[in-house]
Amino acid sequence: MIEIRDLHKYFGTLHVLKGINLDVQKGEVLSVIGASGSGKSTLLYCINGLEPIQDGKVVVDETDVHAKGTDINKLRQKLGMVFQQWNSFPHLTALENVALAPRIVKGKSKADARDIAAQQLSHVGLGEKLDAYPGALSGGQQQRLAIARALAMEPEYMLFDEATSALDPELVGEVLETMRMLAEEGMTMICVTHEMGFARDVSDRVAFFHQGVMEEIGPPEQIFGNAQSEHTRKFLANVR
Amino acid sequence: MFDYNFHWRPVMKSLPDLIDAAFLTLQVAVLAMIIGIVIGLCLALIRLHLKGPLYWLASTWVEVARNTPALFQLFFFGFGLGAFGLHLSPYLIVLTGLSFNCAGYLAENFRGGFQALPDTQLRASRSLGMTAWQAYTRVVIPQVFRIVYHPITNQMVWAVLMSSLGMLVGFRELSGETQFFASRTFRIFEYFAITAVIYYVIVKIILAASRLLAIRLFRY
Repeated sequence: MIEIRDLHKYFGTLHVLKGINLDVQKGEVLSVIGASGSGKSTLLYCINGLEPIQDGKVVVDETDVHAKGTDINKLRQKLGMVFQQWNSFPHLTALENVALAPRIVKGKSKADARDIAAQQLSHVGLGEKLDAYPGALSGGQQQRLAIARALAMEPEYMLFDEATSALDPELVGEVLETMRMLAEEGMTMICVTHEMGFARDVSDRVAFFHQGVMEEIGPPEQIFGNAQSEHTRKFLANVR
Repeated sequence: MFDYNFHWRPVMKSLPDLIDAAFLTLQVAVLAMIIGIVIGLCLALIRLHLKGPLYWLASTWVEVARNTPALFQLFFFGFGLGAFGLHLSPYLIVLTGLSFNCAGYLAENFRGGFQALPDTQLRASRSLGMTAWQAYTRVVIPQVFRIVYHPITNQMVWAVLMSSLGMLVGFRELSGETQFFASRTFRIFEYFAITAVIYYVIVKIILAASRLLAIRLFRY
């Protein structure tokens, strides 16, 4: 379970997150929507400790992410992350991309790491591309590679940071399909997204962020059908 | 007007010695490059990530190495340290001087390389649970090496050619050896002409090797 309590985050003097309170249960799929600059992505970075926070706390399975004694590298193994810019490692083949972290972080043997990697790659539909370098893959394939790479660490939570925003329109579908598959398998997911269709169909809850504040959170029917906040209604009217 | 008579025989007689000296040149240049790469990498990382005394030390190193004549740097390690009672052998003078100089130039190359690499590569690595060390050694530095590969090759060529300054601190590398024979036989033109050819061949071999290595290393 992820518990976020009164989280405040500043970039210099810019107050990006203004007291966020949020619980994400095991098995839940939460979509986070909102305008650019509303703090959605920053929230993800605070959850896995890639950004320090200024006040409040983030607790993952009873471990305080930002506490001094926390072994953040161990904790991050639980928290898979997929970025907007897919960030595949260009100097490694698809297989090596996925096998690297299991081998050097988890200490798996070379053979085991290869097996895990091959399995995860075929899971996301890249079983034919094991020896391809990322440069030879399409954006959608690279993003699925990034998903496989995160999954190879056997995370308990997956954080998606606008995973489809940088893709050509015709490649968005295959990545959303992969995310949908994970959701159906019961993965706990927090998806920062601009894909309203995905948010409506796949999420258990949808959170709307507005200028660093979580304006509204509720089941998709509420957010998309009967939003309580005027900001939410305005935002949705504009994106549709 | 052109009545110079070439005498190649003495040069040919001492050719084996010159070849031996050429290997010494190559050896000192390669060692200086290895030391220079390790230190240059550290200097670049310090200048990118640290503040305070270490930052100033690294910056001073880079500034001095790049903005003063290499010959003066060699003299510093020879006569400068000598004045304080620390006498290095000619070999060590050239090795330390060249390493100092290469580290300064390479530091700037590496800095450019690090800045050219998107920092999202580091973030992605850390998000997988890698330590900073693992992320740098497995993901960041291998990619930076590709970015700075050709500048490093250039620096290697430069190190070979600059090692000829060793002649001025009494080091019998290729130029020093040539000078030694030339002044004994007075066939100065012939000796240095042949030596120039040897330098040329060494550099050509380095460039060819570098190209082959690149094909093997960078398959992506």
